Amino acid sequence: MFSKLKETLIALKPGRVTLPYPARPQPVPERFRGVPRWDGEKCIGCAGCASNCSARAILVLDICQEIRVLNYIGSRCTYCGRCAEVCPEKAITMSHDFEQATGDAADLRQRLELFMSTCQRCGRCFKIPDALEQLKMPGYRFDDLEHARWVFRSHAFLEGDAVVDDIRIELE
Amino acid sequence: MLENLCQKMFGRSLWVYHANSGGCNGCDIEVLNVLTPYYDVERFGIKLVGSPRHADVMLCQGPALRSTADALRRAYEAMPAPKLVFAIGSCACGGGIWFDSYPVLGPLEKVIPVDFYVPGCPPRPEAIIYGVAVAVGMVDKKAAPVVFKQVEFPIPMYHPGQLGGDNEQVIYEKSQKVSQRA
Repeated sequence: MFSKLKETLIALKPGRVTLPYPARPQPVPERFRGVPRWDGEKCIGCAGCASNCSARAILVLDICQEIRVLNYIGSRCTYCGRCAEVCPEKAITMSHDFEQATGDAADLRQRLELFMSTCQRCGRCFKIPDALEQLKMPGYRFDDLEHARWVFRSHAFLEGDAVVDDIRIELE
Repeated sequence: MLENLCQKMFGRSLWVYHANSGGCNGCDIEVLNVLTPYYDVERFGIKLVGSPRHADVMLCQGPALRSTADALRRAYEAMPAPKLVFAIGSCACGGGIWFDSYPVLGPLEKVIPVDFYVPGCPPRPEAIIYGVAVAVGMVDKKAAPVVFKQVEFPIPMYHPGQLGGDNEQVIYEKSQKVSQRA
């Protein structure tokens, strides 16, 4: 009997700990990494974020020589902050937004359309890459938006297959 | 009317089944965190059940794997008819980091239809509660696609047609840049 009373007292001591969450907003820690947000004014279109994204969630599409489209597929992003770390212009900030629950995965996307300045002599944005640079994927890129994946430099893509690292994979 | 009734009946008694189809257990820990006294979801009537046959909602973690796709589909089909599927975590929403490797088929929606997405790696317990609150209709969703389009060229563009001036000086008319002709 006495022990039960003691247990009740112990249980009463901490009081109510449940957070009134959906009614009142819950602050996040200072260094919390939420959704990365692109600042289109600062972005120079170097695609360093795309090349360093561990989830390959940033796709680059050069629809012509002077317009580059950066597509961020938010559904796969792990919020690792690597893109913000490598950005030379600090155009990406890891925001504190985390309440991204949605019924449609297309709500998580971000899209940037940027003008690229061209070489005054040859009129191109990028110099033609050599074999080593082709492996690092700089320069002109044309990623596969339909399957939301990178296209590595490969001859198989020209035949219309989705190929990753020259290993033929099954899509369906 | 039936929809309203369904919402009323559903609103206070969501029984959830917790399915992991090959995730790393990060999201599992966050889902269990939601059930602890700090983020007590039983105040909304949400209860964890052990069998998909008792459940209204399936909380899925992990991508659709080659090895677990059949089991996941069977668990989905075992749920009674008004059913919801939550894809929790980056793996379930979009396939995760290894979305293009051999054992991963891709996001969860390749195997079963998904109703709500809660991205994050892992999502905060608050984010999961927010997802449930969006589904029940307590709050509005915050996520919206962002599109940025540059309308004018950010730096002055040089074009030979815009060069003017006499023989000794070449003046670029747009930015008034003067250069000496050799």
